[in-house]
Amino acid sequence: MASTETASDLAGLEAGLDALDAVPVERTPLRQVLLHKVLPPVTAVVLVLAVWKLLVVAGVTADYKLPDPSAVWHSLRELWLQGTLFDIIWTSVSRGLLGFLAALALGTPLGLLVARVPFVRAALGPILSGLQSLPSVAWVPAAVIWLGITDAAMYAVILLGAVPSIANGLVSGIDQVPPLYLRAGRTLGATGARGARHILLPAALPGYIAGLKQGWAFSWRSLMAAELIASSPDLGLGLGQYLENARTDSDMPAVLLGILLILFVGIAIDLAVFSPLERRVLRTRGLAAK
Amino acid sequence: MAPTTTPTTATTTTTTGRTGRTDRSGTAPAPAGADAPPAVRIDRVHKHFARSGDGRPVLEDITLDVRPGEFVCLLGASGCGKSTLLNLVAGLDRPTAGTIEVPGGRPALMFQEHALFPWLTAGRNVELALRLRGVPRADRRAEAERLLDLVRLGGAYRKRVHELSGGMRQRVALARALAQDSRLLLMDEPFAALDAITRDVLHHELTRIWSESAESAESETALSVLFVTHNVREAVRLGQRVVLLSSRPGRVAREWTVGIPQPRRIEDAAVADLSVEITEELRGEIRRHGKH
Repeated sequence: MASTETASDLAGLEAGLDALDAVPVERTPLRQVLLHKVLPPVTAVVLVLAVWKLLVVAGVTADYKLPDPSAVWHSLRELWLQGTLFDIIWTSVSRGLLGFLAALALGTPLGLLVARVPFVRAALGPILSGLQSLPSVAWVPAAVIWLGITDAAMYAVILLGAVPSIANGLVSGIDQVPPLYLRAGRTLGATGARGARHILLPAALPGYIAGLKQGWAFSWRSLMAAELIASSPDLGLGLGQYLENARTDSDMPAVLLGILLILFVGIAIDLAVFSPLERRVLRTRGLAAK
Repeated sequence: MAPTTTPTTATTTTTTGRTGRTDRSGTAPAPAGADAPPAVRIDRVHKHFARSGDGRPVLEDITLDVRPGEFVCLLGASGCGKSTLLNLVAGLDRPTAGTIEVPGGRPALMFQEHALFPWLTAGRNVELALRLRGVPRADRRAEAERLLDLVRLGGAYRKRVHELSGGMRQRVALARALAQDSRLLLMDEPFAALDAITRDVLHHELTRIWSESAESAESETALSVLFVTHNVREAVRLGQRVVLLSSRPGRVAREWTVGIPQPRRIEDAAVADLSVEITEELRGEIRRHGKH
């Protein structure tokens, strides 16, 4: 029996094991992306349009309740030709993003405090979770009485909607950090602030980003509710006001256009900002769904 | 070929002075004697957990020294508190009574799970350990590459943790532990989750790295290893000394000095013979618990 093995034997064995066991990482080809990611939603949109058109042609209901898709297209073209389309969108989007950034700046330290200080968690934790289930529209009357029909009222409603989401996301992100990472960090000497920076926060990032995503959805919803209810000519024309004006004019194509634009902006920001961020973070950790 | 073992019955006072000279492949310097400060001194350590069911201690009166450059395997059935003891030495928990001295500073610790941080590449995992140790930024990259080379993963610097196999992950974890430049390496069943061939390769790598450290370092700063396992063969394959812990409460039941020269292989007859002897003893320890 050979009781010794040459170094090169072992190196070869090791290289073989590494090659056999290593997990191959492939990039999906563009055609597959188009086929599996782009085609299905496009099909769904086309189907919805077709059903809509069919209902109009069949004359199920009056024209002023369900206008032809082309009438909505016409409203869009009109806004475009007037040159107000992007002004309207930008008024709302800039408010939404600014409000979201403020919510981020407030929600992050709040989440850290709730996650790490037991007294704060016991005191604020249930309130934060409760606030998440309170529709932020409910704050609009209070915000209007406190702050008047102003931009400040809009921001107040956004904050009340988004801060709990962001804080809760960070709390659950931190709660879900595997204890093993913290132990490993401590043996490497990452304690206190260094532990938070090098171990705790990066480990909690997926939960935090999920919170941001939800925070953005809440910001956008709250803002639309606020614009819709507290609309005033002084505030500049945003999507909510556009929708409210269309309602007073009984302009159904414009109402539908308003709804579609709000939906479109919400989805676009999610697709452009949050989804890529989330995918990147999950992919580097090997957590992305196939 | 008969193994030259020196079974010694357990005493609860001290284990220093019991220097059954061990042979380390003939070339490496022998471990420093009892005069040098030990790499770790565990002195009459007790550990109770407030909520442990029967109120009995997890560890009772453990006294154990590991000499600089020594490789000690802690062996025991489940519930013997071997992981608890390792946590105490690592400073992750405090003993209820007794003292633990680690003169060389914070020991490095390797877990059964690789515990690599998935948001960092393999190389960055090693670099984080260097950074937390205070290595200047300019030197980190080269040092991390050197450590990955040491575990034969020179090309894996940019690899993500999930792209590595189980054995490769444990080798990166070993590189990261070595990056702490600690004189004491604690290992908590690090290879238990690996398949037999991979485990065999890692046994070889670990023995090689440990012997190289002994050859290159001064005797006081040589790498000492305290290796916890429930696998008798693994303990005999790796250790210069095998310490058997009894279960509930965990006590030092017996210890063996392993005189089989390195490099050993897990299939060696001498390893098998001693393993049979130790297994008998371990079975006896386990059987005691069925009697009441």
